[in-house]
Amino acid sequence: MAVKQLSIFVENKEGKLVTITDSIAKAGIDIRAMSVADTQDFGIFRLIVTDPEKAKQALESSGCFVSITQVVGVTIPDEPGALAKVVNVLARHNINIEYMYAFITVSKQHASVVLRVADNEAAEKILIENGITLMDESDIVKI
Amino acid sequence: MENRYFQKEQETMPVEEIKKIQNEKLVKQVKYVYDNVKYYRDLMDAKGVKPEDIQSTADLHKLPFLKKDDLREAYPYGLLATDLKNCVRIQSTSGTTGKRVVAFYTQNDVDMWEECCARAIVAAGGTSEDVCQVCYGYGLFTGGSGLHGGSHKVGSLTLPMSSGNTDRQIQFMMDLNSTILCCTPSYAAYIGESLKEKGYKPEDNKLKAGIFGAEPWTEEMRRDIQNSLGIKAYDIYGLTEISGPGVAFECCEQSGMHINEDHFIAEIIDPNTGEVLPEGTKGELVFTSLDKEAFPLLRYRTRDICVLTRKKCSCGRTFIKMAKPMGRSDDMMIIKGVNVFPSQIEAVLLNNGYAPNYQIVLDRVNNSDTFDVFVEMGEEDFSDSPKYITKKEKELQDAMKAMLGINPKLHLVAPKTIARSEGKAVRVIDHRKRYGITI
Repeated sequence: MAVKQLSIFVENKEGKLVTITDSIAKAGIDIRAMSVADTQDFGIFRLIVTDPEKAKQALESSGCFVSITQVVGVTIPDEPGALAKVVNVLARHNINIEYMYAFITVSKQHASVVLRVADNEAAEKILIENGITLMDESDIVKI
Repeated sequence: MENRYFQKEQETMPVEEIKKIQNEKLVKQVKYVYDNVKYYRDLMDAKGVKPEDIQSTADLHKLPFLKKDDLREAYPYGLLATDLKNCVRIQSTSGTTGKRVVAFYTQNDVDMWEECCARAIVAAGGTSEDVCQVCYGYGLFTGGSGLHGGSHKVGSLTLPMSSGNTDRQIQFMMDLNSTILCCTPSYAAYIGESLKEKGYKPEDNKLKAGIFGAEPWTEEMRRDIQNSLGIKAYDIYGLTEISGPGVAFECCEQSGMHINEDHFIAEIIDPNTGEVLPEGTKGELVFTSLDKEAFPLLRYRTRDICVLTRKKCSCGRTFIKMAKPMGRSDDMMIIKGVNVFPSQIEAVLLNNGYAPNYQIVLDRVNNSDTFDVFVEMGEEDFSDSPKYITKKEKELQDAMKAMLGINPKLHLVAPKTIARSEGKAVRVIDHRKRYGITI
């Protein structure tokens, strides 16, 4: 069920981000969600895209250092308290969220969020049991 | 294992006997050089030294040094001691900086050199039953022809592969049952990796020993090569200026290399003052040839930093041993007052599971040295979180601190991002030079 996330190692140097966005653009791939984690020396650019394998190839051929990680994607109603519910459910079951970030908003009714946890399967099971809708790769393309 | 020698009489002679031979040969060699090499005669005259001032090795310190720059200045014929018609061979250094250095050989010089290599092969267990695969480069570089000639002298079946084309190296190694591998340690490590990738286990090959030299390597590399190839890995030392590989070689103890003292005198000097240092002290290695005809060199400074020790060796050889060079006098960096060699950084990397792809960047900020080390991480070191990378950086930085005594700022970078020159990473960038600081 999990969603594939691209992680790209970005040294804090001029032009690095341009290389990344250009090579994804040239490969005709859409970015659905993104976040950046950074330290003083480097950043890690995380992306959810329409075709992760093709994007990885395109990035690597332009010299980027890329890895693919499985993350959990959830779709929640776009209303107050919806995200709180997800976070609460996971907290009750002692599942830590390492990081999370939101998708580009495309619908007035729904919002989508990426969650990074240690155990995807356990998190997904609990979320389903609590009536939360998960996303898979096909949902990413459809957005 | 039974101790075997290529030339037992010379290799195991009592130390007094070695000294006696050295004294006799030195007096002759100095006179020969003075009479035949104007370049060196001028150096001796300038220093006010005559051949008759040199009566034994105790007088050696009176002679002027020769440096790499002298060899460049005297290029090509300035240090040649005999007519070209008496010479049969030219070899040359790899010449990574500036003008190449060429060395000339008479047939006697070639024979002496090959015998030194033969001693190394026999010390590594080689016999006429062995198949000796030589994958040092052939040509101007002395690695290929030196070990090739040595292997012939031992009577081993010689496979003159030269370097490169790893698939063919492996095919010949497996099909023709090579038992001794001669190449650079980095190429041996690469062959080990390639064998593994092809699904071979260390016991699938017939190799028993490897003779590796021509570049610095560490004990950690030795361990890895021994494990991946299922062999014993022996070090060999030499330099084109003095003859080629085989000036010194390792025996079964694998703890330093016996110098062929019947052909060469080794000294250790202080690289700054030129003063001769006592045995067991770290300093620059200096060689004097004793019986060369075409290209005899007296007190040639190798720039290699090492230690000499003469202890009873279980192999029975009496020749003095040199430790693996720990760096070159011209590689040595002084950072925050501490001597640091790139080879130390390399040892830490290999010991911690990193490939030796790194770059040292030195600078000076607010009158204090900055010391940054950039290291390429492995593919498996990177996932989606900076935490893991930061932790690995910290671990490696601590290991460097423990080795060097000073703390570098360590940066892990993406694979294949450190600038390379002719396949080799550029190891040191010293920006301090722009402030006129010459270290």
